[in-house]
Formats: sequence, C-alpha cells, structure tokens
Amino acid sequence: MNKIFIVIEREFMTRIRKKSFILLTILMPLLFAGVVALPVLLSSIDNDETFTVALIDHTGKYAPLLKDSGKVHIVPVEELTPDVRSKESDYTAVIVISRDLSQDSTGATIYSHKEVPVDITQYFNSVIREDIRSARLATYNIPDIDRIIAASQVDYSVPTVKWTDDGTEKKSSYELAGVLGMVLTMLIYIFVLSYGGMVMQGVMEEKTNRIMEIMVSSVKPFQLMMGKIIGIALVGLAQFLIWGVLIMVIMVVAGTLAGGDMDTSQAMAMAGNMQGVPMPQSPQSELLQVIQGMNLGEIFIMFILYFIGGYLLYASFFAAIGASVNEQADSSQFMMPIVILMIFALYAGMFSIQNPDGPLALWCSYIPLTSPIVMMVRLPFGVPAWQLLLSLFLLYATAIAVVWLSAKIYRVGILMYGRKPTPRDLIRWIRFK
Amino acid sequence: MDNFLEISHVSKRFVNHVALDDVSMDIPRGKVFGLLGPNGAGKTTLIRIINHITMADAGQVMFDGHPLCGHDVYDIGYLPEERGLYKKMKVGEQAVYLARLKGLSAAEAKKRLKEWFEKFNIGDWWDRKVEELSKGMQQKVQFIITVLHRPQLMILDEPFSGFDPNNADLLKREIMELRNQGHTILFSTHNMASVEEICDNIALIDHSRVVLQGDVDDVKNRYKDNTYHLVIPAESELHDVEILSQEQKRSRKYLIIQKPSEETNSQFIERLSQQTEIAGFTERMPSMDEIFLRVVRNGEIK
Repeated sequence: MNKIFIVIEREFMTRIRKKSFILLTILMPLLFAGVVALPVLLSSIDNDETFTVALIDHTGKYAPLLKDSGKVHIVPVEELTPDVRSKESDYTAVIVISRDLSQDSTGATIYSHKEVPVDITQYFNSVIREDIRSARLATYNIPDIDRIIAASQVDYSVPTVKWTDDGTEKKSSYELAGVLGMVLTMLIYIFVLSYGGMVMQGVMEEKTNRIMEIMVSSVKPFQLMMGKIIGIALVGLAQFLIWGVLIMVIMVVAGTLAGGDMDTSQAMAMAGNMQGVPMPQSPQSELLQVIQGMNLGEIFIMFILYFIGGYLLYASFFAAIGASVNEQADSSQFMMPIVILMIFALYAGMFSIQNPDGPLALWCSYIPLTSPIVMMVRLPFGVPAWQLLLSLFLLYATAIAVVWLSAKIYRVGILMYGRKPTPRDLIRWIRFK
Repeated sequence: MDNFLEISHVSKRFVNHVALDDVSMDIPRGKVFGLLGPNGAGKTTLIRIINHITMADAGQVMFDGHPLCGHDVYDIGYLPEERGLYKKMKVGEQAVYLARLKGLSAAEAKKRLKEWFEKFNIGDWWDRKVEELSKGMQQKVQFIITVLHRPQLMILDEPFSGFDPNNADLLKREIMELRNQGHTILFSTHNMASVEEICDNIALIDHSRVVLQGDVDDVKNRYKDNTYHLVIPAESELHDVEILSQEQKRSRKYLIIQKPSEETNSQFIERLSQQTEIAGFTERMPSMDEIFLRVVRNGEIK
C-alpha cells in the first residue's frame, strides 16, 4: 500500500512544479480580477473627462433647458463661424437646433470632427425627450399630470423568502442562485474534463514511453492507476484552493483600494456572517443575507464531494482509454462518447436553471454521469437532503464500479501494443482474469 | 544443484493462441541463465509471469524455495527489452523514484545511485532530463535502475541491444561481477555469441515449449556431430574416411571429416595417424547459433 503513496507523490510533485501549472495557477485569479476590475477602472478614468459643447439654438427655446451637466459643458454660440467649426477649437462638438423639436424631431444635429461621445448625445437626448414629453402631456390639459405620472411609476420586485427545515426564514434570490449554480457547473465541467484529460495523457505517456513494463514489474497496475488518479486529483484540489485564496485576497485588496464605505462595510458584514453574527438590516447587507441564505458551507462541501465523485468516475474512464490506445489520434474516437456525455450534462445543467426542481434537473441530478454537473445548478436553490444523499450514493457507487472495470481494462491494455482495440477487445479484457 | 527459480508445468493461454505450454525449467542460483528462442516463442510471457505482471493459467513458480508471491518483486530487477523512462523527468529523480518503488528508502537510493553514477562516469547526468540523453546513455541509466536495489534475481531482456562495443563490454563485465557476487541472472537474447560468452545454462523455447535446456557445454556436446578439423600434408591421401570438405593451402590440406559414431576419438586418431602425418586435429563444436538454427528451423531436438 505504501507504493501507491510514492506514485501519488510523483504524480503530484512533477505536475505542481511544472511552469505551466504555476503560471496558470497564479495568472488565472489575476486575469479574473482584471476582467472584473478593468471595466470599472476604465469607466472611472472616463468620469474625469468633461466635454465643451457649442450650442447654436436658432429657436431660442432650448438654450435655457440645456444647462451644464456633470460632464457636458454647454457654451451658447451665435453663429457657426469657421472658428467654432475649426478642428482646433475647444469644442468637442457643436449642437445646431434649427427647428422646434416637438414639431419636427429632425430639427437638431450634433456635429463633430470625431465620433460624438455617448455622454453628449445621451445628455442631449434625455433633456429633449423630457421637454417633448411634458409638451405633449400639456396638450391634454390634465391638472397635476406630472404628479400623477410620478406616482404611477413604481419600481417593484417581490422579496422571496425560503423556509428552511428548521423553520427559519431566509432571503433568497433566484438570479444570484442561478449565477452561482452556473459558475459551479462550469467549474466542475472544466475541472473534470481537464484533469480527467490529464490522467489520460499521463497513462498514454507511460505507455508510449514504454516505461509501463518497468512500472508494473514493481507496482500493481491498480496501484499505478489509482496513484495517478489520486495524485492528479490532488493537483486539481490544490489549484482550486490556491485560486480560492488568491481570489479572496485580490477581492479584499481591491476592496480596500477602492476604499468605499460600502466595501468596508461589506467586508465587515462578510466577516460577521462567517462567525454567524446576525446582521443588522441595511441595504447592502441584503445581498449578503441572500448569500448567507444559500448556505455556502454546504455548497462548498457538496462541490468538493461532487468534484471528487465525478472526477473519479470520468478519470477512470479516461485512464482506461489512455491504456487502451497507442496513439493520441486513436484516443479521440474513444473520448468522443464521454465528452458528448459531459456536454449533454452541461446543457442539461444550463436548462435546469429555469426550473431547478423540474423533471430534467431531477433525473439528471440522480444519473451518476450527469449528476456532478447538474446538481451544481440545483445546489444554490436548495436541494432536500435525501435527494443529495441518494444522488451522492449513486455517484460514488457507480464511480467505484467504473474504477473497478477500468482497472481491468487498464491492466491488460497497458501492455498491449499494436493494433487499436475494438470494443469487443475491451469487453474481453474486462473478463480476462 | 541449488535452484533459485523452479518453473514447473507453467501454461499460459491467450484467447487466440497458447503462449506457454507446459513449460518447466530450473534456474540455478548464482549463475547466468540464458533464455533463448525466436520472436514470439513465449519468452516475454514467461518473464512477465516471473515478474508477477501476468498470472500463469497453470503450473507453479518456486522463487528461492517458496511459491512466487507479490512481495518477491522487491527481489527482482527487470530490464525489459522495450526500454522506457519518463522523458520529462530528471535522471536522478527518476532513478530514485523507481528505486523507491522497489523498496529502497530515498536516502539509500540516492547513496547507491551516486556510487553507480561514479562507476559509470555519468555523475553529471543527475539533473539532466532523460530526453536530453542519447539512447545508449538511457540504456546505462536503465541498467543501473535495474540492479540498484540489489535484487537476488535480475532479468535482463536483450541487455546489449543499443550498446556500442565498448559499453557492451562494460555491461558484460558488470553482469559477470554481479554473478560472482551471487546474484542469479536470467538473460534473454537472440545474440548467440553473447550466450556462449556469459551463460552457464540455457533453455530454448520454441512454439511455446521448452525444446532444449541444460548446461551450455552439455548442450554443445549433445549437438556435436562427430566432425573434426583435420590438417594434413598436401600430398597425403586418406582411405575409409568420410570427408565433408577439403581445402588446400600451400603445403597443407584443411579437411572437415566425419568420425564414425562407434569409434572413440583415440581409435579414430590412431587410424588416421597410420595413414598420414597429422598437423592438426580438433573436434568441431557446434556454435550456439548453429544449435539454435538446427533446433528452431529443422526441429532437431536432442
């Protein structure tokens, strides 16, 4: 049994020291942070810019309405002189209003040497829209029309509350649960596929390098296979862990750098949450309450359990494939059905978001080949404990069965060189004692 | 005789063919045992059974006095014909890994490896990746890995293939040295010249069966065909002697003659010496190559 640990150690150490692993592990969270932070950063840079706009209002009606706003500085001008028009002028754009816009909407134009910044058109449009609207409303001669309209404009969204088994109420959010579910689904899909693929690569490397014969003369094939599968799983978990920690660190650092009150209060709220301290009701804490309502601890544990189960299942398939084929090219034929299965599971997961307790979601979260992926979608919405247990039981039972079958194929396959095995060969190898 | 490995009535059947059919052989302790046979005869299957990689369908393998079990792999060093190492791994690291799988501690493996690397003059390879080494260099590393854990039984499958004569000689000396230290060596090859040079005993497998086995000299004796090299003066003539071939060079004739089987060597020489002056007389011993071909090609089993 000691030997399996030696194999695990090698599989783990050689992979974790690879430059590609180190780069990917460190760069991914930075990339993630960049993707999140860049738009915010860019828009904050834009914020400082103000535009000076010349206004030539032939109607004389709009000039008083178009006052300076935050970013747009309006300068009334009498005539469109070459000065105003010249490229060297201070004006970013020139607004020319020639007719009454409530009568003729084509009566105004914005000129510029460059593309007109969105901020200017947006500002202009909103002012004019408001003016035209109130002008039109006025024609109906209804008293207090503005107040009536204001009163009739209501922003409403119903709060959703979930009853938990212990009778307490928790705020829930369909959207957030959906997003979280999707993220978890993609994570499991990507992890199982890429790390499962790594198992296959590793087995094929041993086979094509012809080191297999030496290996199996000192290690049982089963130990070799499990050592590889476990070693690579640990690499995956380590990467996941590092990502988690790095993303946390980046978020905290970014939060402090942004320095907003909201961020600190959020961080504090998060800390409070973790210690189970009840939250004071404040607008920002609502989101956190929703997150709290989803029971992150349970989700995390379930994610790990399903990752391990799903990975074990698929990785042993991949190990058997790697052992059966002699060349990279041959492997795709065997890979295809498995990848199709996984893609099916991914799609089933995506559709399940619309109805996480519907029949598709329900069945696919029991079927072991799809459950690791589909259950991730359902998880944030809350899944009854017995369903989780049943699904996990089915997953692990199948995984163990597949490991056992794969070990048989593996044992024979690793020493078979030459022609590509047929499915009939594989069945024969399984029966082979 | 003290046998390290006793293989009795081992059979192995695959779906489409029989790989080994009732194979029995004894491999004496502390000797070099040559396992010979044409390709596909079943040698590799037998080696895999001894290595505990595959199981025999029938028969028994006694290893150092007890039935072969999984634990015995610690006492076997195996150099397969298809050599392979992890290409991306560093030489030293890889050797330590493989040695640990054979039961050595990392520290002990490192210590012994340093000694061997010193001996083979390859100390500076330690941190190089295997893929940077030439094929012959990889072979050396592999040989070291095979013997590092000082196994009682070493199985070397075509160990000389891929070596230049200089390194082949080095390897040969190492093999003899290991034998002298008491290791038993099972040596599988097609190279009959090396068999004559280093093997004490052989077994020849053909078509899944052992067709010939025993002490090398003994086997040769069995296959000698009572032919002799005879050198006589050119003018001499022989009567009543079967001449297989003759060649005249300057003042001498070089003959290959057949001795009647009922005559002893002394009687034969006496008869010849009455007819002519004898300048040279030696018994023609068949080479292992010849025996191999006679057995495998003509099914001539003695």
